[in-house]
Amino acid sequence: MQDNEVMLLKGNEALAMAAIRYGADAYFGYPITPQSEIMETLVAQKPWLSTGMVVIQAESEVAAINMVYGAASTGRCAFTSSSGPGISLMQNGISYLAGANLPCVVVNVMRGGPGLGTISPSQADYFQATRGGGHGDYRTLVIAPSSVQDMADFVAIAFDWALRHRNPAMILVDGTIGQMMEKVVLPPFRHRLSAEEVKEQRPWASTGKTTNRSRNLISSLQLDPLKMEQRCLEREQRYLQAQQTDVRYETLSTDDAEYLLIAFGSAARICSKTVSLARAQGIKLGLIRPITLWPFPSEAIKSIARHAKGILVVELNSGQMIDDVRLATADSIEIKHYGRLGGVVFTPDEILTAFTNSFLH
Amino acid sequence: MNNVAHSPQNLIYQKPKLLTDVNMHYCPGCSHATVNKLIAEVIEEMGISTEEVIGVSPVGCGVFIYNYIDIDWVEAAHGRAPAVATGVSRLNPGKLVFTYQGDGEVTAIGIGEAIHACGRGENIAIIFINNAVFGMTNGQMAPTTPLGMATTTCPDGRSAELNGYPLKMAEIFSKIDGTCYVARQAVNTYKAVKKTKKAIRTAFENSIQGKGTSVVEIICACPTNWKMTPAEANQWISDNSVKSFPLGVFKKSRPKF
Repeated sequence: MQDNEVMLLKGNEALAMAAIRYGADAYFGYPITPQSEIMETLVAQKPWLSTGMVVIQAESEVAAINMVYGAASTGRCAFTSSSGPGISLMQNGISYLAGANLPCVVVNVMRGGPGLGTISPSQADYFQATRGGGHGDYRTLVIAPSSVQDMADFVAIAFDWALRHRNPAMILVDGTIGQMMEKVVLPPFRHRLSAEEVKEQRPWASTGKTTNRSRNLISSLQLDPLKMEQRCLEREQRYLQAQQTDVRYETLSTDDAEYLLIAFGSAARICSKTVSLARAQGIKLGLIRPITLWPFPSEAIKSIARHAKGILVVELNSGQMIDDVRLATADSIEIKHYGRLGGVVFTPDEILTAFTNSFLH
Repeated sequence: MNNVAHSPQNLIYQKPKLLTDVNMHYCPGCSHATVNKLIAEVIEEMGISTEEVIGVSPVGCGVFIYNYIDIDWVEAAHGRAPAVATGVSRLNPGKLVFTYQGDGEVTAIGIGEAIHACGRGENIAIIFINNAVFGMTNGQMAPTTPLGMATTTCPDGRSAELNGYPLKMAEIFSKIDGTCYVARQAVNTYKAVKKTKKAIRTAFENSIQGKGTSVVEIICACPTNWKMTPAEANQWISDNSVKSFPLGVFKKSRPKF
């Protein structure tokens, strides 16, 4: 294996390869479609022989997220992956990780729901991901890949963010991106921290009490309301900081756009084709793709949409991100939604038709 | 009586240094306090540095154990301590990693995590406090409540027809290939305390030596929720508990394959 290796990989495989190269310390997971290739790829790579990374197949998603909690408690970079039904089971653990100020990365390769739903692609977990998901006042960084390259590149962004803010980060990806194959440039290898480096760089971790410090406790419990409020406010400060520094988005043909599409993940990829189709017909259509879904690019949308006549929010769900777009623009312009549900994926033409029906008739 | 001269020559007992100088929150006669002290004593007597020890604490009456023993702690969600300890241990091989859990954790909500940690043969020690009730929440029935014993959720006494049978975990753990040591002891008499201490030491040594999973089930008293005096509760263990939950070492080594 070499730095910047070019390979043809599924999104799930690229993410696994990138995690090893990042120097991730551990993966704990439980099989579920459409993301099982992540654990299979890790095991095939045998990273315990190269970087020392631990890979464990847990007995359940509940156990997997709590193994992540244990590894993170000792200052280690751990991650897990699942899909909707399993992510729901993990939410309790994700809340504890947030409550105990622990870094980790959770990958949700979304499938259609609710319930057992379908194994086909969907973006129906937007609310769950961006609103915290579990109990209590917390947020997770949510970053949404739209290509196999993003799957490889976003691993480092998510881990770096989780470590900087000591909070769980989520890579929210629809099944299409997890399953499809594309050319990908794998990121360079990073140094995996030694036990001594972890102690030095993460002095909060429970790695074994040394004589020169008092004991460390990783916990989300605080029965004194005033102290608990203080902990929550400190967390809130980190979230405010993230909203100022960590927002990511990209735009396509928005400079002269009269109308805007707003979409994330694979939907944004499909919408970029819709924009070219519209432009060929002389329709001044542009696209905003939020890359971080939390923190949400509200300011960018507000500013770009100021001169637009209308916005079509395009999602593989019944209308979830549209709420954030309406908040961002304070409903100052006409906003409509187009979505397909249950694992059905729209085509570029279909979106163009939906757009013209919504705004040009 | 207060004029006893303290000198190294006549010192026969002292509080372990790892036990902090704070008041414990446990009720009078509660066995948790005894076991907390035993854990501190064993770590100290093993002569290992606290740098080599990470404890995983529970949700339940043992929740504040991290205030009493001066080592690094990780507090787990209710029942998940063996999964948390798996993460801790795998990333910190060679360290003494132990969980401290009650019967609600090990036999009810977290039975899956406990069984599978044993199945994988994680190098951890599970210290399992079995006092037959959910103490923290005012004494509801636990999976380990003996038949006939009254609790707030089986006020007429546990009935096999209504509530099913108590789970005997030491017996179950001993049948799992990943466990290297399984014992059930008590702390209701001085003699029992000595045996429990020995069991904890064996379990801790196994964790450091990477021999597999050790489980020490400890039959404990909950005088508050049993509605007994501490002395009555300890006597009740001798007269009743040990009949449903026989004491002893169930497994001393891991099978070879």
